[in-house]
Amino acid sequence: MNKVKTLADLKRLKSELQAKVELREKGENQEGRVVIKVGMATSGIASGAKEIMAFLIEELDKRNIDAVVIQTGDMGYCFAEPTIEVKRPGEDPIVFGYVDKQKADEIIEKYIKNGELVEGILPDNYQSID
Amino acid sequence: MENIKLNIDNKTVEVPKGTTIHGAAKQLGIEIPTLCYMQLHDMNIENKPAGCRICVVEVDGRRNLAPSCATKCEEGMVVKTHTTRVLNARRTVMEFILSDHPKECLTCAKSGKCDLQNMAIKLGIREIPGIEIAEMSTYRKDTSPSIIRDLDKCIMCRKCETMCNDVQTVGALSAVNRGFMAAVAPAFEMNLEHSTCTYCGQCVAVCPTAALTEVDHTPEVLRVLADPTKTVVVQTAPAVRAALGEEFGMKPGTLVTGKMVAALRALGFDYVFDTDFAADLTIMEEGTELLDRIKRHLAGDKTVKLPILTSCCPGWVNFFEHYFPELKDVPSTAKSPQQMFGAIAKSYFADQIKIDRKDMVVISIMPCLAKKYECQRDEFSVDNNPDVDYSISTRELANFIKQANIDLNNLEDEDFDNPMGESTGASVIFGATGGVIEAAVRTAYELFTGKKLQRLDFDELRGMEGVRSATIDFDGLPVNIGIAHGLGNARKLLDDVRTGKSQFHAIEVMACPGGCIGGGGQPLHHGDASILKARAAAIYEEDRKKPLRKSHENPFIIKLYDEFLGEPNSEKAHHLLHTKYFDKKKKIIVKQ
Amino acid sequence: MTKYKMQLLVCAGTGCHASMSDELLNNLIYEIEANTLENDVQAIKTGCFGFCEKGPIVKVMPDNTFYTQVKPEDAAEIISEHIIKGRKVDRLLFTDPETKEHITDSKKIEFYKKQLRIALRNCGFIDPENIDDSIARDAYMALGKVLSEMTPEEAIKEIKDSGIRGRGGGGFPAGIKWELAAKNQADQKYVVCNADEGDPGAFMDRSILEGDPHSVLEAMAICGYCIGASKGLIYIRAEYPLAIDRLKIAIRQAREYGLLGSDIMGTGFNFDIELKYGAGAFVCGEETALIHSMEGHRGEPTVKPPFPAESGFLGKPTNVNNVETLACVPAIYLKGAKWFSSIGTERSKGTKVFALAGKVNNVGLVEVPMGTTLREVIFEIGGGIKGGKKFKAVQTGGPSGGCLTEKHLDTPIDFDNLLAAGSMMGSGGMIVLDEDDCMVSVAKYFLEFTVEESCGKCAPCRIGNKRLHELLEHITKGNGTEADLVRLRNMSTVIKDTSLCGLGQSSPNPVLSTLDNFMDEYLSHVCDKKCPAGSCKELMTYVINATNCVGCTACARVCPVNAISGERKEPHYIDPAICIKCGACMEKCKFDAISIQ
Repeated sequence: MNKVKTLADLKRLKSELQAKVELREKGENQEGRVVIKVGMATSGIASGAKEIMAFLIEELDKRNIDAVVIQTGDMGYCFAEPTIEVKRPGEDPIVFGYVDKQKADEIIEKYIKNGELVEGILPDNYQSID
Repeated sequence: MENIKLNIDNKTVEVPKGTTIHGAAKQLGIEIPTLCYMQLHDMNIENKPAGCRICVVEVDGRRNLAPSCATKCEEGMVVKTHTTRVLNARRTVMEFILSDHPKECLTCAKSGKCDLQNMAIKLGIREIPGIEIAEMSTYRKDTSPSIIRDLDKCIMCRKCETMCNDVQTVGALSAVNRGFMAAVAPAFEMNLEHSTCTYCGQCVAVCPTAALTEVDHTPEVLRVLADPTKTVVVQTAPAVRAALGEEFGMKPGTLVTGKMVAALRALGFDYVFDTDFAADLTIMEEGTELLDRIKRHLAGDKTVKLPILTSCCPGWVNFFEHYFPELKDVPSTAKSPQQMFGAIAKSYFADQIKIDRKDMVVISIMPCLAKKYECQRDEFSVDNNPDVDYSISTRELANFIKQANIDLNNLEDEDFDNPMGESTGASVIFGATGGVIEAAVRTAYELFTGKKLQRLDFDELRGMEGVRSATIDFDGLPVNIGIAHGLGNARKLLDDVRTGKSQFHAIEVMACPGGCIGGGGQPLHHGDASILKARAAAIYEEDRKKPLRKSHENPFIIKLYDEFLGEPNSEKAHHLLHTKYFDKKKKIIVKQ
Repeated sequence: MTKYKMQLLVCAGTGCHASMSDELLNNLIYEIEANTLENDVQAIKTGCFGFCEKGPIVKVMPDNTFYTQVKPEDAAEIISEHIIKGRKVDRLLFTDPETKEHITDSKKIEFYKKQLRIALRNCGFIDPENIDDSIARDAYMALGKVLSEMTPEEAIKEIKDSGIRGRGGGGFPAGIKWELAAKNQADQKYVVCNADEGDPGAFMDRSILEGDPHSVLEAMAICGYCIGASKGLIYIRAEYPLAIDRLKIAIRQAREYGLLGSDIMGTGFNFDIELKYGAGAFVCGEETALIHSMEGHRGEPTVKPPFPAESGFLGKPTNVNNVETLACVPAIYLKGAKWFSSIGTERSKGTKVFALAGKVNNVGLVEVPMGTTLREVIFEIGGGIKGGKKFKAVQTGGPSGGCLTEKHLDTPIDFDNLLAAGSMMGSGGMIVLDEDDCMVSVAKYFLEFTVEESCGKCAPCRIGNKRLHELLEHITKGNGTEADLVRLRNMSTVIKDTSLCGLGQSSPNPVLSTLDNFMDEYLSHVCDKKCPAGSCKELMTYVINATNCVGCTACARVCPVNAISGERKEPHYIDPAICIKCGACMEKCKFDAISIQ
């Protein structure tokens, strides 16, 4: 629990946390680890995102893949929920839609392990300010 | 106070800042029609939900029409009150309201006196488009001892809600449901008699339609009058004589006592008595009670309850039983004049004329709707025979007289019958706020000090302010008097009694603003306090003209005690003329 | 480690599919295999890129090459030139229409700037239940900057200069609202966030609250500093339990970090936030009704003036802003009012989030700069009309808005343009309608909602809307007359003109705009008793085509009301007087013999 007592504190905290995020994405592996974000807003959850997230966490662990699975808000592709964003180390993240357990399994085996693309890619069509 | 200038219908007018367009127009003599707007001048109560949208006007620079009752004037505003846009809007909105209103004018209690009907007539509505396919919001009807609710006729003006919540602080009525089915009703749409309603009838007094009306007991009265086996006795409250004339075109404040008696005789009542007689009796009992408590208090008795509260107003008693039941030992145990009258009529008088009480019917003419409920209270009957059989309001009496084709204006004055028709000036003033306690003071002073009063008019107890107080010097003993009219004001005094902060020895409470002269059963005054003031003036005038002005000097009262009761608070008096109160704090049990 | 050296992504969205992207993909795969590259090169189909007018699209990874208008016969060249020889096929590269340059990197294409996420900047990037994620992405930095470097007046000026207008539907300049609240003196003031998103189908605010709650908390604190309030209230509808949870977590975490509460960041500024729950009333999205609801009273609007800035919650100066408006605030302070006002049109600055719904392929949340045209949103970002049907209208602004037609498609979206076109921005609902939607039914649908949600206080809305709905029902049942259309217009105009609050003032908009733009449909309903879109049941007749009917009796057997008669092997007949138009017969018929007229 970091108490932010001044603006300087906040700035320092931000740098620390940004470093932390990078670290999270790198992991222990020198090459970095896979970061998966699961869209867990109401539209995602209503389509089964909770189960997919649980599945991913369990299976990645079982299959010994160094990855971190995080929940996130609405990515905007409501017509294709559940959606997940998969970022392989050193590559641009790719968003997959219509992810059921079977598709999640396919994504793990083909894309996460081998970089082989599978169907259901949702090309990004927006930019966010930072 | 800053003034601003604006332009209405091409005329300039200057008004103080904060005036509404409606008020500014009035200054120019333009009366913009309204339906839900109500201002009770001297009570500082305004009902302006701006919901009926009848009073809309065009304002330059404003996209839509503005409700003139709720829009404040601004410097340089340009207002138009009768463009075709306004007239079309007003008419269409009226058509909407009428499309959701029952079309039973012919048999409706308010026909001829209905604000909605008058507005429809004014706007010349001849047909309602789409009426064939129009669904109507309907509700079940609800009758209570005093008030009938027919919500099909509610137009959501919220006047009753304002009176019940803001003025009376009873809170029995509020808006329920949403949208088309919205209406103003008790919580959970329960029956009025299960709610905290006190039957003060102020809601009925302000309702523009027949959504809220009084229970009409004239058919029952007619029935007993027509029954040859019954001896029908009638008593009239003091406030009635000061207002009845208004229903016959007389100006407010015209005393019609003699004509009223003549009309009642003409209607067929066997004995026309005066409630004022019983009011004198009330003073005897209550005055004695007041003195008794003061004496015990002066003697150091810590258990005695002070202040003593008057108990002649059933609306007030109801309010009390709902909201301050833990204080139910505090009010006077004396019954109201109406009930004392009934008790004495069906015992003392029935014996005198040698008839069984079951063959006597006692009718009361009251300015009040709560009296209808009061005479039905279980404790006010003997072997299921009520002391007072029916109570009808001033409005009902007026209708009754008109139905009987009696021309009140041209009747010769007549006198009350005896032995229950003689009264002193003290009893007449019961009708105005402050009157009961003033009457009590006149008697209590003389009984306590043994001296004769130098002045009989206690102006410090009179007036229209909601909460008043005065100290009367009882020959060295200062007696603090508190007065409240309107239940919201009563609540303020009662809160102090509850917390022990009250400095008063006696408090008079009237549920209706103005006292009984402003009762729920009186001719409607629409918030015009000058009418109330005129009626009060008439009451005090009759008091001044009376030869006897102190209750304990009424010879028939003296005779009643000598022959029948013994003395005030004797066992018989206690049995006949005193009562007790009940805890009515509502518990609502929610079943799962 | 990727197994593949190069990957080709072929758009398989409806538009590209129609232009033979399937064949293109097959050809690419064929070429890959023909050159025995299948272990190094992968070709796969993806979802819609949203760039439909330039399709079929092929994107080559990892070099991000973006090919447009690729034909199936181009497959060979792409493989041989780009994949094998490393030379990009210039003629297929996307050409910027302005500079006429070939763009090789998809990231540089203007198209991707079509959607610019400001309010949604963090949604999908952070874990909303972890404040650290937010802080790493600059949460509370704007608050820190404002508290330590700006006076309240300067901070208000920044919002005024940005030009941001309320995103909840009113479109009132937020800066002026803040200024008014700041001017009124009182011992206590309040900042209220209106999270009672009531428009059916709208979920912009929900997504922001679920995906980036801290942006709203931070904005409220900044507003508190500007106007002199130390208390914030979020009025959130009870139908958003997830958003409520995430807000609670966010508030708790912000308090733990000292970013809410007393002496924030050591500046002496106190601000804390409380949640208040709605109870299922659309009308409580109106600010005065909202305030009364928070006070424990019946959720009814009251006349304005007085405005909440003068006398609001508990009679104190109160500033009420929508979730999306607030979400933009921190970005304005961090990147500057100048930056914000450089986006959008002259009188509508910044971006707007729309909930794109209806008969469009890519339903979802879209955030575009003001000035983007409806065509771009619906046909590019939205991916065009579902099932290849014909576009009919787009309903903007929820039940308070109007329908815009084909001729309005090139309207740049902003507050004033939409109003001038006969609709409004509203809170951002955008429902796309196609040829199968009956406009009279659409108007009736919206009236159903507003009739249900009217509070009942004022006569025109309480009764007028009901009458309007009844009349529309009457018309869709085939019982209307031309005179009824005149009545519809008059009632609508008067309801708009006389209603007390925004609900009634805008509920007739769907009726008026459909009367204006689709009078032919109304006339068809009342004069011909026919529904051109084939949607109004009572006006449809189910008919059996005698030529196709073989008399198998399957339809007669499924008819729940025995409306179909006929002998075996003889053409059957549906009695229109008995038929309840359930459609069961049509579903059952294997011979395509039943149709709707």
